[in-house]
Amino acid sequence: MSTEQWATLSNNAVAAATVVFGLACIAHLIEWSITRQVSGADTSRAETVGAEIARPARQAVSAGQVGAFDGGQDAQSRRELAGEELGADEERVARFGRLGIALTVLAAACLLVGVVSRGFAAERAPWGNMYEFATLGLLVVVTIYLGLVRFMKAQWLGGIVTGFAVCMLGLAFLAYVPAGPLVPALDSYWLLLHVSAAATAGGAFTIGAGASIFYLLKAKAERETPEDQRTGYLWRLPSSTAIDRLAYRVHAFAFPVWTFAALIAGPIWAEHAWGRYWGWDPKEVWAFITWVVYAGYLHARATAGWRGKGAAIIALIGFATFLFDFIGVNLIASGQHTYSGL
Amino acid sequence: MTELDQKSDGRDTARTRDFARTAPPLPPLQFARWFWRQLTSMRTALLLLLMLALAAIPGSFIPQTKVDPAAVVRFGRAHETLTPIFDRLGLFSVFSSAWFSAIYILLMLSLVGCIVPRTFVYLRALRARPPKAPSRFDRLPASASYETDENSDAVLQRAAAVLRQKRWRVDVDAVAGGSGVVRAEKGYLREAGNLTFHIAAVGVLVAVAIGSLWGYKGSVIVVEGEGFSNTLTQYDDFSAGGLFDASALTPFSLQLDRFDARFEIDGPQQGQPREFEARGSYVPEPGAESAPFDIQVNHPLDVGGSSVFLVGQGYAPVITIRDGEGELVFSGPVPFLPEDASYTSSGVIKVPQSVPEELGFEGFFLPTAVDVNGVPRSAHPAAANPALALFVYAGDLGLGDGLPQSVFALDKRGLTQVRGPDGNPVRLLLQPGDTAAIPGGLGTISFDGVRQFARFQIGHSPAKAIALGAAVLGIAGLMASLFIRPRRAWIRTRRRDGRTLVEVARLDRVSGADLGADVEALVRDLRASSATTEGSATSEGKADT
Ligand code: HEM
Repeated sequence: MSTEQWATLSNNAVAAATVVFGLACIAHLIEWSITRQVSGADTSRAETVGAEIARPARQAVSAGQVGAFDGGQDAQSRRELAGEELGADEERVARFGRLGIALTVLAAACLLVGVVSRGFAAERAPWGNMYEFATLGLLVVVTIYLGLVRFMKAQWLGGIVTGFAVCMLGLAFLAYVPAGPLVPALDSYWLLLHVSAAATAGGAFTIGAGASIFYLLKAKAERETPEDQRTGYLWRLPSSTAIDRLAYRVHAFAFPVWTFAALIAGPIWAEHAWGRYWGWDPKEVWAFITWVVYAGYLHARATAGWRGKGAAIIALIGFATFLFDFIGVNLIASGQHTYSGL
Repeated sequence: MTELDQKSDGRDTARTRDFARTAPPLPPLQFARWFWRQLTSMRTALLLLLMLALAAIPGSFIPQTKVDPAAVVRFGRAHETLTPIFDRLGLFSVFSSAWFSAIYILLMLSLVGCIVPRTFVYLRALRARPPKAPSRFDRLPASASYETDENSDAVLQRAAAVLRQKRWRVDVDAVAGGSGVVRAEKGYLREAGNLTFHIAAVGVLVAVAIGSLWGYKGSVIVVEGEGFSNTLTQYDDFSAGGLFDASALTPFSLQLDRFDARFEIDGPQQGQPREFEARGSYVPEPGAESAPFDIQVNHPLDVGGSSVFLVGQGYAPVITIRDGEGELVFSGPVPFLPEDASYTSSGVIKVPQSVPEELGFEGFFLPTAVDVNGVPRSAHPAAANPALALFVYAGDLGLGDGLPQSVFALDKRGLTQVRGPDGNPVRLLLQPGDTAAIPGGLGTISFDGVRQFARFQIGHSPAKAIALGAAVLGIAGLMASLFIRPRRAWIRTRRRDGRTLVEVARLDRVSGADLGADVEALVRDLRASSATTEGSATSEGKADT
């Protein structure tokens, strides 16, 4: 195939991915809205496995049973516990959940084709400008998400992840530039490492932020909702403790990767390209801010009075600074990084 | 973090409150101790981190002298009232301002105050045996129990074996009468990793500080066919750390023979730069052999600790000027600075020797000149159709008053613009080989040809390798700290109704683990070889306490 054909394939694949993500998002939204009508029993209550000592207000969760939407046995015990006839609605909820995930897998496949063929079109690694960074980063987000679905039953993140994907691809189209070779300053192995690590960390930060939002919602609901009013979508999520654990794991993965991207690979490349490893260019300032805020998140989890809610809010601030670094800095500030494609 | 720290945090707040309520002035020593404890508390570290992030923000919105001095000047012109205030607050040099430094120095102090005691605690913990079992397992975040017909010793021995095989540190306390406890702990490397990370953070900061105190950085424009030797006076701009010694500049010199720039000729990315390459020769120190160099973007030249980076390029039209009396008053290449992606470049020429009046020229160099509604523009960065468009000024260039002047700007206070017979300002439009007469008998100017220039940045930052080494070590420590979990487990046996009751509990010193699953796995391992099992239970409370 010629580079033009690759380029066309890439553009079509990314466009298709956008549409399919949109459909996946709609499927998850329908799933949510039906759930609101179904008086879904608290899964976390359903999962209490024959505890010896019944402690009040304990959120008992067992591994492997966290937030299963479609597990027959789970639904069974929920039905029994709630003592309600959920049958048909329950089925529909599960069907839309599965549909959402299937569509997400399809969209991810389209996106993968889009990113790879972009590489063939440009005859280089496909992460040299903002458009490419956005598509690659999103591919990482969705891959991590699907991994979590597979291994940690994290399908409850579906709506937020697919919604984010649609927004991100929309923004990426605004930053679209045709495939082509790189300006000399961007032609470096360290740049490849720098950008791929930043995209990986960014993808994980995104998932972490999604989980932190759910954590805050669920923790608030657990504090404020009386036992007998616990119906609706939130109560089909895992306990706030389990959500927090997932958020922490994702962040704990992302932080060292971001450290490598922003504080090692980036400076090495900057040194080669511009003759200084750190120059407080706006992009660098915000990468540093992001790093410091996430270090704050990890600290907050170990500081009395800041665990839980405080830490989750810091994680969300961290994600906001990451997004600003990635999008805002290119739009408003001027610096040496800005010629990288927008 | 540990329960221990939690407790000490609590104690600190109690103290603070006490202090605020009664507020008798503390004796200095006590105050110092109180202050130190506050400073090295986890909460202070967190607040200092968040403050550091907040304090860095203005540095990205307000132009910084060290990053873009020209932008600071522009800002000064646009905001006349704000500028002096910003200046006093150090907002044009945030990262060397007193308040920014105060935050990170406090953070460093807090960090050192944190690391030192923790290192001692850790060294003791390394030799310690696994801790005693709590009396009630059901109070722990995760526990389970089952009954078996095996005798207690068999269960304890197998438990110890299972755990040892998984590299736990294990102690067995067997008590006569069919009961006993296995105490186990693992994950000691986590704390080592954490300490390594924090020490490395200090290392990076010290290395960066050394680099900026003793380092230097400067840039210079070198036109093809010309040279540069590494002395202060040859730099176009130069900045150095407070402890830098100018006599320590590496005494090399270089000669630029050829500069190649390649741009995309067509296609969607037309005009994008593709390749820049500067070639010539250099002499590492006086008297040494000269050697060829080939500097490209991302491929600097290293000479005796300094590095020469290619950071920019542009065109230098070669110009000859004769004055009103026909004397040769100027001859040579003049670098014009590129202003946009098509390399529309601006520059000035100053001719103080010319008679009857001093002459100044200001205008544009266009590598691929095209005419857009009568205004010359550059359509492409390659020099395909070079042209020079200049306005002419005559009078006093203002060079005599001894004040330093930029070579890229005319001081027009003593100059008047030269006008043609129609009263309009004269605009000379020259192509290579052209000569034009300056109206009013002021002389002639010829555009002889075009050369390219390279802008080199030359710098040296000591301790660069140390900073990198510390950063890499820091990441390794960080990963150990994040991925290794310090874990404690207890397995207790008791006789009950003629059988053995086995209780298993886990407690982590850090949050993030799924303890319930761990306990289940442990129970599964324990029971794997014993067939006689009955009645088991697992529970997990708030694992993250
Ligand atoms: C330059 C400033 C600092 C940075 C960038 C930083 C960064 C970090 C990071 C990323 C972690 C997470 C590692 C983990 O969870 O194991 C951490 C943990 C920790 N930091 Fe810091 N830190 C800094 C200063 C301090 C200071 C001043 C203290 C002393 C109060 C401190 C005490 C701790 C402790 C005790 C932990 C372990 C928390 C746990 O057990 O989970 N750090 N730090």
